[in-house]
Amino acid sequence: MDLLDFSSNKVRLAVAGALVGVVAAVLAFFGNPANMAFCIACFIRDTAGALGTHNAEAVQYARPEIIGLVLGSFAISVATKEWRSMAGSSPMTRFALGMVLAIGSLVFLGCPLRMIIRMSAGDLNAWVALIGFVAGVGTGCIALKKGFSLGRAQKTNAASGVVLPALLAGVLILALTTTLLKSSTSGPGSMHAPIIMSLVGGLIVGALAQKSRMCFAGSIRDVILMKNFDLITIIGAFFVVMLVYNIATGHFVVAFDTPGIIAHSEHLWNILGMYAVGFAAVLAGGCPLRQLVLAGQGSSDSAVTVLGMFVGAALAHNFGLAASGTAMDAATQTLTMGAVPMAGKVAVVICIAVCAVIAVVNKRQGK
Amino acid sequence: MVEVDARGLSCPEPIMLTADALKQADGPVKVLVDEPHQKTNVEKFARSQGRTPTSTETADGFEVVIE
Repeated sequence: MDLLDFSSNKVRLAVAGALVGVVAAVLAFFGNPANMAFCIACFIRDTAGALGTHNAEAVQYARPEIIGLVLGSFAISVATKEWRSMAGSSPMTRFALGMVLAIGSLVFLGCPLRMIIRMSAGDLNAWVALIGFVAGVGTGCIALKKGFSLGRAQKTNAASGVVLPALLAGVLILALTTTLLKSSTSGPGSMHAPIIMSLVGGLIVGALAQKSRMCFAGSIRDVILMKNFDLITIIGAFFVVMLVYNIATGHFVVAFDTPGIIAHSEHLWNILGMYAVGFAAVLAGGCPLRQLVLAGQGSSDSAVTVLGMFVGAALAHNFGLAASGTAMDAATQTLTMGAVPMAGKVAVVICIAVCAVIAVVNKRQGK
Repeated sequence: MVEVDARGLSCPEPIMLTADALKQADGPVKVLVDEPHQKTNVEKFARSQGRTPTSTETADGFEVVIE
């Protein structure tokens, strides 16, 4: 049997999920923000900051994990003849969905991957957000049942499928050889594993995710639509590995208002933020991680979704939409509660409305 | 033979269209896809329904015949 076949049965799927968990745990251990570890939305936001598209000084760093993820998917799909340059399935609608993925994530403070990491660390806010995520995925499933489709992608020139991997490789080269990119000196953006370790971690996760078809939205979607538990097996294994890591390292704290873990306890907005993410991810055909992987394997449509996430992340900080985490002031020992700004709440409502409109106006031909 | 053209569609549309076709058709169903992951998804789905998929590579993708 093919060694790289990570999708043919549940054991192999679980192994893929566990290996991704090991990479996330290692990166957290060697410097990435503890329960961020490998958060796609946070790391796209940090990379957007490194490029100067927003000025939140605490979250600027060209995360090699994001670059590695796309390049890992690119390399493995080329090597195993799964790379296809495809484009043309409602790219600008996907751009808007990418913005929703980023904004919803930054109001909750994490993409679906980080939600699972936070859940595995006992953060009850993430368990509350899971309700919203499942409801959002469920709403997307209703749209699919009613004939939702963004239309067909077509084969296109190979060069189009190489552009995003090449751009990200360029960002990596700039990060390694110049001082052009911004880099946080304090805050989450300053916390990172050594560059080479992050890059290798990204490459490994990109390859594993490409071969296993790992998708956080797809896992719940497949259970709801088809009672298929394949993809959720990956997530389950990932959760277990992160749970073991968090317990072993003393990061497992069951609570709502834990300072220092970059989370807030505005329950309604945790739910609605992840509702928007779950809804948008089903409409876009995959969660933020899956969009990066699909972009790596040649989908220009997913590459546009990724660009939408970059723009959404930049706007989330430029317009003050992103939530703040509960923090303890070291000097005064006072607890400052994390909160979602009013602009962030309005943005989430707009994001959900945008998803609803997209779901209603895009129908499969013949429906 | 009933034919499903799922080329270029995002997940999970190829599976949904295949499921509909399998429900409605008495005999075999032919599914056209153009990406390898869609091919494996359709094959896995067919097997999960107790059917037998046979895939062949075509000029612009794959043809999965589900018996």
